Amino acid sequence: MNKTITLAMGNGGDENNTLISQVFYKAFQNEILEKSEDAAILDVNKGKLAFSTDSFTVSPLFFAGANIGKLAVCGTCNDLAMMGAKPKYLTCSVIIEEGFSIDDLKKIVDTMKEELKINGAIVVSGDTKVMPKGTIDKIIINTTGIGEVLQENISSNSISTKDTILVSRDIGCHGATIFTAREGIDMSSDLESDCFSLYPIVKALIDANIKITALRDATRGGVSAVLNEWSKQSNICIEVEEESIPISDEVFGVCEMLGFEPSALANEGTFVLAIQKEDEQKALKILKTFNENASVIGKVTDNYLQKVVLKSAYGTKRFLESPTGELLPRIC
Amino acid sequence: MKLELKNLYEDFRDADTIKALANEIQKEALKLPQSINIMEVCGGHTHSIMKYGLKQLLPTNINFIHGPGCPVCVMPKERIDHAYVLSLQKNVILVTLGDMIKVPGSNGSLQDARAKGADVRFVYSPMECIKIANENQDKTVIFFAIGFETTTPMTSALINQVIKKEIKNILFHINHITVPEAMRILLDDETNTIDAFIGPSHVSVITGSKIYEEFPLNYKKPVVVSGFEPVDVMKSVLMIVKQFVQKRCELEVEYSRSVNYDGNIQAQRLNDTFFETRDTFRWRGLGDIKKSALILKAKYSQYDAEKVYDTVLPKTTIDDHKLCICGDILKGKANPKECKVFGTACTPSNPMGSCMVSSEGACAAYFKFGNIL
Repeated sequence: MNKTITLAMGNGGDENNTLISQVFYKAFQNEILEKSEDAAILDVNKGKLAFSTDSFTVSPLFFAGANIGKLAVCGTCNDLAMMGAKPKYLTCSVIIEEGFSIDDLKKIVDTMKEELKINGAIVVSGDTKVMPKGTIDKIIINTTGIGEVLQENISSNSISTKDTILVSRDIGCHGATIFTAREGIDMSSDLESDCFSLYPIVKALIDANIKITALRDATRGGVSAVLNEWSKQSNICIEVEEESIPISDEVFGVCEMLGFEPSALANEGTFVLAIQKEDEQKALKILKTFNENASVIGKVTDNYLQKVVLKSAYGTKRFLESPTGELLPRIC
Repeated sequence: MKLELKNLYEDFRDADTIKALANEIQKEALKLPQSINIMEVCGGHTHSIMKYGLKQLLPTNINFIHGPGCPVCVMPKERIDHAYVLSLQKNVILVTLGDMIKVPGSNGSLQDARAKGADVRFVYSPMECIKIANENQDKTVIFFAIGFETTTPMTSALINQVIKKEIKNILFHINHITVPEAMRILLDDETNTIDAFIGPSHVSVITGSKIYEEFPLNYKKPVVVSGFEPVDVMKSVLMIVKQFVQKRCELEVEYSRSVNYDGNIQAQRLNDTFFETRDTFRWRGLGDIKKSALILKAKYSQYDAEKVYDTVLPKTTIDDHKLCICGDILKGKANPKECKVFGTACTPSNPMGSCMVSSEGACAAYFKFGNIL
């Protein structure tokens, strides 16, 4: 096989088949996929299914802590886990730019394989397209996933004053890592993306019978977007103690220098939880076995409906708004 | 000892210190015969006041007026239109700083130009232009330089390198503006309600505190040059209140860890080498202000994108939107909430006037951080 992707590899013929079998089938090996039918036939237990799709594009493709492949599996599996579901079956659709390195593609696909294992999920259907050089930026991956719902009625629409708000770890690592790796920002740090499969954590919470009201992974828009969405969807006020939000020194430093709010930075393995108050400490203990920075960050009230209030240690408060527009550093 | 970034600000965000300062201000303010309006000139201070909710810690007889010191906000559409046109020229890479690229001109923002195929980049340090120019020898890099006295030396340092290294493919579009002229315009309007100023600190690191001497002297308005942390701002407010209580009217420096009277002489010299004062410059929200901006000296005109691309740059003047009251907000005559279009037709995603443009503008800060009280 060539060392780089050629247009012929997207032709539907021999070269296309070689690419699929030597890269994708090799990594994703399983009975359903290898039947090579037009559609996968799935065994489903009784009960409910969770269904989610996401497309992934990131620059650079490889970054501290992860790459686009890990993102593509974590992203969709995490969305399923956030609905209390166990990720089972994924599709993987890849659009590649002509000239892309096959070695890099293999690295990406191998990472996907590792991450699928952690989730106990398999890729059962896929597609590959090649686009002429310059018409797309290197590679775009779409994954769609089906999960088996382990715990029903987890919903962002039913959070109430009986709940308490937690976050699973320190926030903003992915956003800060990607930003410092970008062109034009000459900055180096030990930061790593938080990209991580959340299903094992959710499984532990469910196994411990924690009364989960809602879960959401704080991806684009960060924790601030999640809290704002929840306040509107459930018609509540979320009051957050600013000091209780876990933020690493590195992320805080990047934010200080560039003028960002850590709560607006993207995460890829960090989630926000609304848990019934009585289970707060039990849930926190479980979260801390995965990451010691997990914290209770706030409470639900009806003081300012549909708003998120950030309270300082010296007694002032302000609204935390959803981030808008492109993330750009402040000038001074 | 290892110096960490947080060592630089931790003490200046200490909750107990902030509370203690708030108490002392409350006590002193009881002695004030009247209420006082303090203008924080710089957008960085507006941002701090909003972000830390500092107004909530002050008694009702002390108010903030948010000033014109956000370089992105006051950039007029004419200049943004220049950047837009330049970015769409053949073989041009337009480089600027951060949030400048989202400000709309009359045809759109630089983000819009980028969507049309223009090569628009933002950098954290202007020196990055050298790398971009090296990697793109067949293209012309135009640095759209903006900012107050704070960022001017960075542009000067870049020009210095461009000349020394004989780099042929970097040009400059200069939009550097100066603080004192804008402060004077505000005070010359007799209906202004400003009683005192919190002076921009980073500007003063470069210029020295001397540039504000005229305000206590000629206009009888106290000035305290302040740092940006909550403790800094609270301490500066206390210093201003004490001046009123003790019937003093002086220039004081709270940000003494970085600011002295004379400033950074080397940076000033470098600026003087390349720049001279423009006859006039239009400020969004404030209109034309004489001698309030810089221009490259004639002998460096081969580096001046305004000269090199003179024939393609639009020359028509553009007035502010009729419904926008940014001018009055900047003079302390109105509050963002009194504006008819605030939060409706004018939002951070679709700003109409200067104060909504950058997160440091008064309206954007109100929109983002709210005014819970």
